[in-house]
Amino acid sequence: MTEPLGKDLLGLEPLSAEQIRLILDTAEPFKEVSERAIKKVPTLRGKTIVNLFFESSTRTRISFEFAEKRLSADTVNVAAVGSSVSKGETLVDTARNLEAMRIDMVVIRHGASGAARFLAERIQSNVINAGDGTHEHPTQGLLDLLTIRDKLGHVRGRKVCICGDILHSRVARSNIWGLLKLGAEVAVCGPYSLLPRGIEDLGVTIFRRIEEAIEWADVLNVLRLQLERMNAGFIPSLREYYRVFGVTQERLERAPRELVILHPGPMNRGVEIDSRVADGPHSVILHQVTNGVAVRMAVLYLLTGGRPEQAEAAKRGREGGE
Amino acid sequence: MTGALERSALLDAPAIARAIDRISSDIVTFAGAAGRLVLVGIQRRGVELADRIGARIRDRHAVEVEHGALDITLYRDDLNEIGPRPVIGETRLPRTLDGRMVVIVDDVLFTGRTIRAALDQIADFGRPARIGLAVLIDRGGRELPIQADIVGERVTAGPHDRVDVLLEEVDGRDAVELVRRAPA
Repeated sequence: MTEPLGKDLLGLEPLSAEQIRLILDTAEPFKEVSERAIKKVPTLRGKTIVNLFFESSTRTRISFEFAEKRLSADTVNVAAVGSSVSKGETLVDTARNLEAMRIDMVVIRHGASGAARFLAERIQSNVINAGDGTHEHPTQGLLDLLTIRDKLGHVRGRKVCICGDILHSRVARSNIWGLLKLGAEVAVCGPYSLLPRGIEDLGVTIFRRIEEAIEWADVLNVLRLQLERMNAGFIPSLREYYRVFGVTQERLERAPRELVILHPGPMNRGVEIDSRVADGPHSVILHQVTNGVAVRMAVLYLLTGGRPEQAEAAKRGREGGE
Repeated sequence: MTGALERSALLDAPAIARAIDRISSDIVTFAGAAGRLVLVGIQRRGVELADRIGARIRDRHAVEVEHGALDITLYRDDLNEIGPRPVIGETRLPRTLDGRMVVIVDDVLFTGRTIRAALDQIADFGRPARIGLAVLIDRGGRELPIQADIVGERVTAGPHDRVDVLLEEVDGRDAVELVRRAPA
């Protein structure tokens, strides 16, 4: 029996391979829910979920909101701009005030690494990390795993190279943990200035040249070059980056096998990825977006309910039940 | 709640086969001109039963039936108390249920809560002309005003007993067993 997920989803690092597989397996039936004429099931009816976004986000916030609504939860979006957060309220005060309104779950995105855990330890509600600083973005990692599994049948033994700005990327970290736990071979490729020190200690191969990565890999997960990093002098110029590390049509044509191309979005076309690749037959970028809703539905479903004391009471009442 | 479990046989394989024969012909009668019949099995063993019944109806009665499967987990009324069920089965229904004659198939009818959930779920897929319910075993103990239209076998089981339906496709053999907890 797989260990339940517990109260919160803060990252993939603390999860076991079985728990990750449980989430992916649970996402499968939720894909079908989104194909129905009435894209809604009553599972989370009466639950209130707050989407607390201290950083801007379109895709992730909308994806969570669809997932919540398709499970019949009531949702409130709080953006840092225009809320009392901009008046200097602390994270804990904001959350405690929300909790005083009897909410059940908080989905949080925050610029500080560890913000989700900090919050989870201080409130009763379930907390889902929707990206904290450069730490983790677990639902993105999960949807990438689900997409790889969809396209290649399984994750174990597949060679996945994460390309670009690994240093600042929570997507990279969640991917590395998830992929390693499910038995994939993981590599990273990017400018030395954008690779975290000691990353090879995790069991990750480093490629200095994108051509080598393409020759080796089954899957490329091409990360967004965070343009705001440009000013900090991590790379000489965008054009230089594209010339050396860009995932281009020409480079892919020389690959020994067909690659699956992932990108978490938003894309910088002509910086980390060629438009012809992004829109080409190997790109599964939109499939990732579709899977994102299913994975988030699975996480919401698995985290809700199941409080141990209620389970005990229910078991006593239902001995010999169906 | 400890104590040994006592298993006793209620139906053997031939008895199950006879029950499925009866259910099949009862469904044909119930449905009338059943050109628009849809059998919807409830995950997990209801799906296998619906497959067997459908095959029997096609062979014996030369009536075409469509199949569907329903997993009602997401429509349960007790997710809060028992926590989520990890494994959700497939839900697969014909493109439209509007105007169809739907017969829900399940292995055991007990409290009626599963069927309540199934009715809610079917309503989200369309508006059938009529919905019926066929079960292999009715063990009594209803908590809702829900009754089966077609019953393979009625058995008496106490509120703390369990009725296990075992099917070849899932369990490797056909049997219906009563599982009773011996007084500790």
